[in-house]
Amino acid sequence: MANLFSSKPKVLSRTRGLWAEAAFQKTLSISALAILVLLTAIFLSLLIHSSPSLKAFGLTFFFSQTWDPVSSRFGALVFFVGTLLTSFLALLICLPFSLAISIFIGEYFREGILSSILKQVTELLAGIPSVIYGFWGLFVLVPIVRDLEIKLGILPHGVGILAASLILSVMVIPYAASISREVIALVPSDIKEAGYSLGATRQEVVTKIILPYAGSGIMAGTLLALGRALGETMAVTMVIGNSNILPHSIFSPGNTMASVIANEFTEATGRLYLSSLIEIGLLLFLVALTINFIGRYIIKKVSIRA
Amino acid sequence: MGSKVLRTENLSAYFRDNRVVNRVSLSIPENMVTTIMGPSGCGKTTLIRCFNRIHELIPGARVEGRVFLRDEDVYATDPMIIRRRIGMVFQRPNPFPTMSIYDNVIAGYRLNGIKLGHGERDAMVEESLKKAALWDEVKDHLNRKGTFLSGGQQQRLCIARALAMNPDILLLDEPTSALDPKATARVEQLVEELKKTVTLILVTHNVAQAGRVSDFTAFLYLGELIEYGPTEQLHTAPKDTRTEEFLTGKFG
Amino acid sequence: MNREKTRMRVIKDWVFVAVVVTLSFLAIVPLVLILSYIVKNGLSSLTWEFLVELPRPVGEKGGGVANAIVGSFLLVIIASLPAIPLGVSAGIYLSEREGGRLSFLTRLAVEVLHGTPSIVIGIIAYLWLVIRMGRFSALSGGIALGIMMLPVIVRTTEETLKLIPDSLKEASLALGVPYHRTILKVILPAGLGGIMTGVLISVARIAGETAPLLFTAFGNPFMTWNIIKPVNALPLVIYNYATSPYPEWHAIAWGASCVLVGLVLALNLTARIIARRWEVKF
Repeated sequence: MANLFSSKPKVLSRTRGLWAEAAFQKTLSISALAILVLLTAIFLSLLIHSSPSLKAFGLTFFFSQTWDPVSSRFGALVFFVGTLLTSFLALLICLPFSLAISIFIGEYFREGILSSILKQVTELLAGIPSVIYGFWGLFVLVPIVRDLEIKLGILPHGVGILAASLILSVMVIPYAASISREVIALVPSDIKEAGYSLGATRQEVVTKIILPYAGSGIMAGTLLALGRALGETMAVTMVIGNSNILPHSIFSPGNTMASVIANEFTEATGRLYLSSLIEIGLLLFLVALTINFIGRYIIKKVSIRA
Repeated sequence: MGSKVLRTENLSAYFRDNRVVNRVSLSIPENMVTTIMGPSGCGKTTLIRCFNRIHELIPGARVEGRVFLRDEDVYATDPMIIRRRIGMVFQRPNPFPTMSIYDNVIAGYRLNGIKLGHGERDAMVEESLKKAALWDEVKDHLNRKGTFLSGGQQQRLCIARALAMNPDILLLDEPTSALDPKATARVEQLVEELKKTVTLILVTHNVAQAGRVSDFTAFLYLGELIEYGPTEQLHTAPKDTRTEEFLTGKFG
Repeated sequence: MNREKTRMRVIKDWVFVAVVVTLSFLAIVPLVLILSYIVKNGLSSLTWEFLVELPRPVGEKGGGVANAIVGSFLLVIIASLPAIPLGVSAGIYLSEREGGRLSFLTRLAVEVLHGTPSIVIGIIAYLWLVIRMGRFSALSGGIALGIMMLPVIVRTTEETLKLIPDSLKEASLALGVPYHRTILKVILPAGLGGIMTGVLISVARIAGETAPLLFTAFGNPFMTWNIIKPVNALPLVIYNYATSPYPEWHAIAWGASCVLVGLVLALNLTARIIARRWEVKF
């Protein structure tokens, strides 16, 4: 028994062990490197394949509203406007709801059945595939918008910027709410208690202490939600109407950067056409990246302070 | 003092540029209990972590000087071999949470990929648990997870796990600091019995504990070895005023 | 006057709570509507034939989405095969090296990848695979989905492993167990529940993805197990049939939605159960 272990040929097994050790370490670092390379390759591929369009149109690509495959002249202004309009409108609609949810779960009902129901449901909401939101939007939301348009006496498209924004707002609520909730939960309790000890009501504490304190974090959360909305493709594609004309009101049909790619990529004949779509993809990538970074940066600063 | 099982020469340990153990030279006698005591932060834990080369795993950590296990230069040998010969028990009990009590005891073999026969395994588990005075308490539920045991039992399970490797030396890093007085007494009693078969090095900041269990005591202060000798002598007639101050509770 | 003011403040307090609660629950109305709508419209077409038959041409009643179910399954497998080992391995690297330049950059890359719009990933798979192979294929779709899984797996692996106390690793190393065996046999098993949860969540995420499949997997009305041919997938069926003008196709799209939502919810639920059941006590 005593020499059971010492009788084992340790040295022999260790030479194999040393090799395995080195191979293991290599595998780990190569995996980490691979992800870095993957991202770089994604960026470079987009850049290389959009170079024909970059060369042909240069900066006019951003300001021209002509999108004409027949004469091979491409400008993406319509899609920028479409993306910005739908995303901001969606955020505007989403904000009161997401804020309410985050105050509900983060401050009023931190525990209990109500908040856990609300939490579970918002998580479910986040899990539903985007194509199903689009489908539902197409069959339920669009008719409602159409009725509204008939009442208002404008051309009843149904599909359009408004429908897209509405469906988008439903989709980003869970996301925006969960970030705001985390930020609100970070507000130190002593400053809240300071408010209460001065005789402030709960509403006063929320609106005058918690929200200002959590303000930048909530903004960051909203920004991250915006990043989500910008890149959202399917639901928007299905209800926006896919028109390449500059929208003149929120009821007009339009197209976003993502939806134009989804719609036209497979039919894009000709180098310049495809390249222009890829350039839109590249811009989408860069915009999403920038917004994400700003959002994460603010959140990081907020959580360090707390 | 009998034969020496472990010897250090000018051993220094660093965290980056911060020297926490300063040129310590000492010899540990075989089959005795040697206590390393000192106030918290004096480098005693770091010192014993240099013995089994665990210290160097921390990023930025570094060791200077030499350590000999019998006549072998510890820092010129494969650390895995050294660690199998020098067992360690930590401050907080840390049984492997995914393994049963049984598997925890023979984890050293399992994880090292050393095949044991079925009978061999059973015998080893029983003997190690008996040595660690845990057998009677757990023999009927060896398949339960180790984390279901009480803190004191978990710590004895960790001792059994280390003993199963049949080490030359067992390092105990404040093994009772997370335990209640009753469990502490149990572990101290165990230490007393274990020294028949294994050399024990115990780190503690508790003067009374050092007095109760050890044959030799080293007093470490600010990373330096201040005094080292038979426990009784060091406790009754310390040569250095700092040792005396520590023993009488003036600091730490 | 003062009492009047206090009363106003109390009323304001009440109104505020009422508004918060109302808005919160209004926000979940769409979910209830969507789910009930899907169930109402989808259940009627959900029959056994629907699950095992192929779609029929326009005008013929009946038919099913068996090819899309097979296709979705194929796509998930193709996506998982490279993404899980690569993601877990990179996650281990990140949890083991907190500092270091490669860790910093990789973490950044994971974050960017996570935020990259799915349609852009579709373009990439098109450029890398579809153009080169000369045709749409399950392979290209699967790779696109795999790229989308990757950041989720890396992040959950890293976060899970970071929560495992260092004392566990030291316990193993102190027994003379080499580093790689310590990671593979002590640390990974302790984090398995968390990693599995991450994998399931990422599968749930990609199972419903449509945009990256539009010009990679493309869709296919026939049954195929061949990974270098175009395949159908549940979300593609929903998209293509929902935007068609034929009511009988809409019925199929509702049915497919029912199957897809059920699948995604089941995956999320399983993930949550695993997270709770397999939680390791330290």
